[in-house]
Amino acid sequence: MNNLKLRTAGMAVSAAALSIALVACGSSGPAGTGASADSATMWGLTGGDQPVFQASVDSWNKSHPDSAIKLDFFANDAYKTKVRTAVGAGQGPTLVYGWGGGVLKSYVDAGQVDDLTGFLKENPDVQSRYLPSILESGVIDGKTYALPNNKVQPVVLYFNKEVFEKIGAEPPKTWDELMALVPKFKAAGVAPFSLGGQSKWPDLMWLEYLVDRIGGPEVFANIAANKPNAWSDPAVIEALTKIQELVDAGGFINGFSSIAADSNADQALLYTGKAAMILQGSWIYQGMKKDAADFVSSGKLGYTPFPTVEGGKGDPANVVGNPSNFWSVSSKATEDQKKTALEYVKDGMFNDENVQSLIDSGAVPVVTGIEDKLAASPDKDFLSYVYDMAKDAPHFTLSWDQALSPAQGDAMLANLDQIFLKKITPEQFAFTMNATIGK
Amino acid sequence: MSATTTTPQRAVGAERAPGTRRTLEKGPSGWLAVPALAFFMLFAILPLLGVLFLSFTRWDGLGEIKLDGLSSWNTVLADPVTGNALLVTAKIMFFSFIVQAPISLLLGVFTAASQKYRAALAVLYFVPLLLSSAAVAIAFKALLDPNFGLGPGLGLPILAQDWLGNSDLVLFVVVFVIAWQFVPFHTLIYQGGVRQIPASLYEAAQIDGAGRVQQFFNITLPQLKYTMITSSTLMVVGSLAYFDLVFVLTAGGPGYSTRLLPLHMYLTGFKANDMGAASALGVILVVIGLALAVFLQRLGGKNRNASQLEGA
Repeated sequence: MNNLKLRTAGMAVSAAALSIALVACGSSGPAGTGASADSATMWGLTGGDQPVFQASVDSWNKSHPDSAIKLDFFANDAYKTKVRTAVGAGQGPTLVYGWGGGVLKSYVDAGQVDDLTGFLKENPDVQSRYLPSILESGVIDGKTYALPNNKVQPVVLYFNKEVFEKIGAEPPKTWDELMALVPKFKAAGVAPFSLGGQSKWPDLMWLEYLVDRIGGPEVFANIAANKPNAWSDPAVIEALTKIQELVDAGGFINGFSSIAADSNADQALLYTGKAAMILQGSWIYQGMKKDAADFVSSGKLGYTPFPTVEGGKGDPANVVGNPSNFWSVSSKATEDQKKTALEYVKDGMFNDENVQSLIDSGAVPVVTGIEDKLAASPDKDFLSYVYDMAKDAPHFTLSWDQALSPAQGDAMLANLDQIFLKKITPEQFAFTMNATIGK
Repeated sequence: MSATTTTPQRAVGAERAPGTRRTLEKGPSGWLAVPALAFFMLFAILPLLGVLFLSFTRWDGLGEIKLDGLSSWNTVLADPVTGNALLVTAKIMFFSFIVQAPISLLLGVFTAASQKYRAALAVLYFVPLLLSSAAVAIAFKALLDPNFGLGPGLGLPILAQDWLGNSDLVLFVVVFVIAWQFVPFHTLIYQGGVRQIPASLYEAAQIDGAGRVQQFFNITLPQLKYTMITSSTLMVVGSLAYFDLVFVLTAGGPGYSTRLLPLHMYLTGFKANDMGAASALGVILVVIGLALAVFLQRLGGKNRNASQLEGA
């Protein structure tokens, strides 16, 4: 009798929970813009670029009712899981949104995405519109499998000018200056750095920049090339040691390891003045422009390159981050879907309208010859800064979690989290990571 | 969550069915079980065999599935994170049981009476159960935020702890949130149990001069034995399935402090893309779940599956 009651209750509860979950998970994709079940499909990310992609596809669908595209959006972390599972099951979208690097390589190895080299040859206009260094991230073994689709995304050190003025400080140019600022901000009751530690990838930006400044881009190039013991490089050890010194000094905000970057809580700490600085991608400018319009437009947002490290080998102009995001074309799509997808890439993407809406959103499109448009934007200071930063960088390192194989990338983020929490030493990190080489 | 939590319930039900048939002499025909068995085969046994097969392979989710003997098992068993995940799972199981069981028992007994104000309170207590785990997790994450949450919002520094970022604290926060969400469900079970206790027992006790406390310990508690076993089974086996709540609340962090076995399985499969190892973890999870369910059923003693109808 109890059992029956229990089961009925259980069923009712499950059904209720399930329906709530279903409603909550319903995609935000638009219904019926002339798209049908056979239409080409496209998955994008929620956030700063979402309205830009939406506008671009809407306008494409309006002018091409016969080859409409169906567009859906997902949150960053959820997307990375979903797309891989879907592609593996042959249910992926026609246009696969990606970052290039090791993840793209795993798609190529499994024969899941099409070689676009021929398409580029037939359409020299497409090839020539990109900054050449950025096109590189979509190339695997000399063939192009992915084409840039949005904006250049270097990692920038942002700071809150108001907070800096309050204590009369200047943005740090060297690591020593940065460390010297920590006690000053703490004394003023402001956290020196915000950090979205629960998402783990924001931790990585610290390691990427420090290793580059200390040892130059070769250190990571060796890791990416799977050279034995590449993680034991002295530059990696020194970078990890410096991170732990900064943690010890109280450089990161209280509770950083429970702050998720997906919810933009990390950037909110900067513009609310609870934290003085944040090391984050150029994409958070779009978020702040939307969430804290006054803060951005009144010029309180400062930005500066990552500090140099005394005695470091890396060029201070080197940049880490994402050269861009990319479209790959699924090899499992039908011929019609592929045709639509490529036509969209050729004519719908980076047309004047699309480029302008990217700029208006506060991003720098990865195309050449847009200096005038950037200069005409109300965000021209930041946009020109990012554009020049990317253009003048002697070396632009792709985010490591994307550059490495997924298994290695995941192990790296998990162990780096342990470094920030001081649960392991730099030597233990190197030892564990060396064991993942080749996986 | 809903899909995973129903599994242990189903397992319990399936275990009970044959026993019930044995005791009731003229039970319903075994053929009535065929549709249920067919579904059980299709949606539980077959996938389980699939997972067992995958655990002997290496597969990154994209390319070919390669048979590779015990290599996935070796990876999983040699990985200290697996041991840690088992420990975290055991801790959460233990703490969430000792927190939830007494509270839901007392609440169940309290709400079983028929006064109006108790009915109103029962509805209130029931609210957390109506929310999806993801919504609960998101809400608590916002409330517990040390910079923007309840503490700073109300100007109460005592509430502005680093609840989810402190490795020593976070486990208990997770247990608290789990209890907040699931106590109503177990309260409901106990409420049902208490209402089935014959009123004549209490009347007899009153005549004998037993007080309320004595009645509780000498009548209510012993009469709730089977309810307790059912509820405990669900609590313990269910805690093997806590996934969504923890995933959204802490993502298994900070570090590995809340990386439960199911979460470890998910992250191995879908973040590190090691489906072989994730399948091996899945098999371990099923084995532990079944062992616990059987053990808890044993606690009921010889007549655990005997019908209690004669008491009604």
